[in-house]
Amino acid sequence: MITLSHFIVLGAVLFCIALASLFINRKNVIVLLMSIELMLLAVNINFVAFSRFLGDVAGQVFVFFILTVAAAETAIGLAILVLLFRNRSTINVAEIDSMKG
Amino acid sequence: MIDPQMFQLVCFYAFAAVTVVAALGVVTLRNTVHAVLALVLTFFSTACIWLLAEAEFLAIALIVVYVGAVMVLFLFVVMMLDINQEHLREGFIKFLPVGIIVALIMLGEMLGLIGVRAMHQQVMGANPATVAGMSNTEWLGQALYTQFLLPFEIAALILTVGVVAAVVLTLRHRTGVRHQKASQQVLVNARDRIRVVKMAAVAPAAPQPAPGKETTP
Repeated sequence: MITLSHFIVLGAVLFCIALASLFINRKNVIVLLMSIELMLLAVNINFVAFSRFLGDVAGQVFVFFILTVAAAETAIGLAILVLLFRNRSTINVAEIDSMKG
Repeated sequence: MIDPQMFQLVCFYAFAAVTVVAALGVVTLRNTVHAVLALVLTFFSTACIWLLAEAEFLAIALIVVYVGAVMVLFLFVVMMLDINQEHLREGFIKFLPVGIIVALIMLGEMLGLIGVRAMHQQVMGANPATVAGMSNTEWLGQALYTQFLLPFEIAALILTVGVVAAVVLTLRHRTGVRHQKASQQVLVNARDRIRVVKMAAVAPAAPQPAPGKETTP
């Protein structure tokens, strides 16, 4: 039967895959955005599992809010990406250095 | 006769395996379009896992919002931009060991810290929504519209800000292009279009030649 640890382990594995992706695909902004989505998904799995096992509705309400904020974040992030590509014609993180940071 | 709880466990393992493999695909696939499609598969199988946890509303919301809207937005952007794929893959092999090592260390630490063995004792009990005599959607909605009403309204505001910001950021004003200005066209009067000029009906007399010039040849 399914226990709480099943969900927690799945969330941890997904989070670590996304973390590795931040290291591996460090040039492609689109893949970086997608790994952030994966991280949020891992957190959401934990929220849903705890909500279900503790019988508390707040966890699922929070997942709802995370989905909302993540959707807005993705829309704005992709808009910035399009703008960046229009001005610099690249999405390589290494070449976006006009602020000399 | 198959044990339903055993069947649930088998389903969980199947969906979890698909989720993890698809997530690995997101990380490693060469073509960005394929990576986006792998992410769609990840979201879909996660929604199936949420169905197993009896969070039906969120599972459907994940499919509708993410697979239906956000990932399509990703696909649009990926296909719209003309990206040099090979150039972006530089350093993939170089940073692969670092990424794997950091991820494995972090996974070990997380699993050690949160005490997976203790949680293994916690078996999925009765569905709290069913205990309260409601469906999952009703259970969620009652909390959302009473206890969490203010955050709910703020979430709506955040979405509006997101829409406005995305439009403002990508709106392009080209200089040197003549556009129709519909607002000015609607507001125009007859007086702006045509001007009636009153003129005398007879032509004015020809001016007299200057007298000084005529006398001197």
